[in-house]
Amino acid sequence: MFKKKHVVSMRDLTRDDVEFILDYAERMMPYAKAGVRVLENRILALLFFEPSTRTQLSFDSAMKRLGGSTLSLTSEESSVLKGETLADTIKVVEGYADAIVLRHPKEGAARMASEISRIPIINGGDGAGHHPTQTLLDLYTIKKESHLDNLDIALLGDLKYGRTAHSLAYALNMFNANIALVAPEGLQMPKHIVDTLNSVRLVEDVDEVIRDVDVLYVTRIQKERFPDPTEYLRVAKSYRLTLRVLERVRENLIIMHPLPRVDEIAPEVDQTKHARYFKQAFYGIPVRMALLAILMNGSI
Amino acid sequence: MIPKKVKEELRVRSIRNGSVIDHITAGNALNVLKILDITGTTKAIVSVAMNVPSKRLPFGRKDIVKIEDRELIPAEVDKIALIAPQATINIIRDYEVVQKNSVVLPNVITHVVRCPNLNCISNSTEPVYSKFSVLNSFMLRCNYCETIIDSDIAAYLI
Ligand SMILES: Nc1ncnc2c1ncn2[C@@H]1O[C@H](COP(=O)(O)OP(=O)(O)OP(=O)(O)O)[C@@H](O)[C@H]1O
Ligand SMILES: [Mg+2]
Ligand SMILES: [Zn+2]
Repeated sequence: MFKKKHVVSMRDLTRDDVEFILDYAERMMPYAKAGVRVLENRILALLFFEPSTRTQLSFDSAMKRLGGSTLSLTSEESSVLKGETLADTIKVVEGYADAIVLRHPKEGAARMASEISRIPIINGGDGAGHHPTQTLLDLYTIKKESHLDNLDIALLGDLKYGRTAHSLAYALNMFNANIALVAPEGLQMPKHIVDTLNSVRLVEDVDEVIRDVDVLYVTRIQKERFPDPTEYLRVAKSYRLTLRVLERVRENLIIMHPLPRVDEIAPEVDQTKHARYFKQAFYGIPVRMALLAILMNGSI
Repeated sequence: MIPKKVKEELRVRSIRNGSVIDHITAGNALNVLKILDITGTTKAIVSVAMNVPSKRLPFGRKDIVKIEDRELIPAEVDKIALIAPQATINIIRDYEVVQKNSVVLPNVITHVVRCPNLNCISNSTEPVYSKFSVLNSFMLRCNYCETIIDSDIAAYLI
């Protein structure tokens, strides 16, 4: 059974919790398009203090598929609340809704909200911080399209600042994955995270590992991280995934990306049997439906 | 009358009543003073010894702080534990050590150190105190943004 009241960070979830959510998501799959009215008369508040169209739309869709409704506060409207603390906003909104999805520019905002809220808080992303529902849908995609146990996976891109990769690595370690971290010099995953991984390899060149993995998880390398634009172009080019890079990979390799992508994956790759990023985005629906149903006791 | 044993190893004047913070990791005496809010305008009689030979501490050196007429409160002891995990706190009454406690690292410290991440909610105008999980004596993790402090903890003391 799932006993947690809020979903703020992957660190709060045990392996059992994660498996419970993924199993629940699997049972939600048939309803991800057809819908199932288990949260009728329930209201989900979408508090987005920073734009994130994808996350907001998918929570909105998930709640409506469950027969519930949503209240939303967009980032423009949120300026109306300027001057009011987030703490006060939470105390007000908890009277209007049955759960809150919070997206906020300050890291740790969702944790603070969970300390004061009487209704469940789901972290929809806090600044450069956590985004646990992204990690859960990543795990669900891996489980469905590949396998979670004894997985060989490579995480590629900016692993220093990209917290998506941090929280995914943390979660995969619970399932004993063999993790290759492929990052340009200076953008490798922080040591304090690497030290917690049981089976890990650090490399700079994707060619070294790509033939030995089941999953290639691509993340974005941001221009802002490079003081020198020509250096950025050089790195971005060498980390771009093209058909050439995919020669002689494992038959059932899958390629994932949290989206939006810029040019880290060439469009030709979309046509290969390896591409899974759009499916991954769709899986956000059953996973979020599962979480909403679990947190608001709408059992199926 | 000063007991002989103490007299032999006393490098500073002996005190009648107060506290002796012994076995401070060498180099941290001034941080202990900061934690105790002892500044140039403090009236209390304080003596500080630095880099005293010690068999027990790393590199064979320790610092000692002695304060007259003051006993520490738990919050101060918690802070000292962070920067000097081997410290012993002796309470002196009538020239004698009447109580000796080693410091204990708390699991969670609230409003003790500031989060280095400026974008952390604990550094905002929200009504919330900083909170860190103590992973070990040299590593703290912010309960809000999960930023790790693994060097120079003293620099972040509130
Ligand atoms: N009256 C006093 N005035 C000032 N300092 C004192 C006084 N009595 C003891 N101290 C100091 O307090 C510390 C603890 O004293 P104690 O006599 O317990 O020493 P110890 O046997 O070496 O103890 P430990 O095992 O903790 O090192 C020593 O640093 C000692 O110099
Ligand atoms: Mg001694
Ligand atoms: Zn923080």
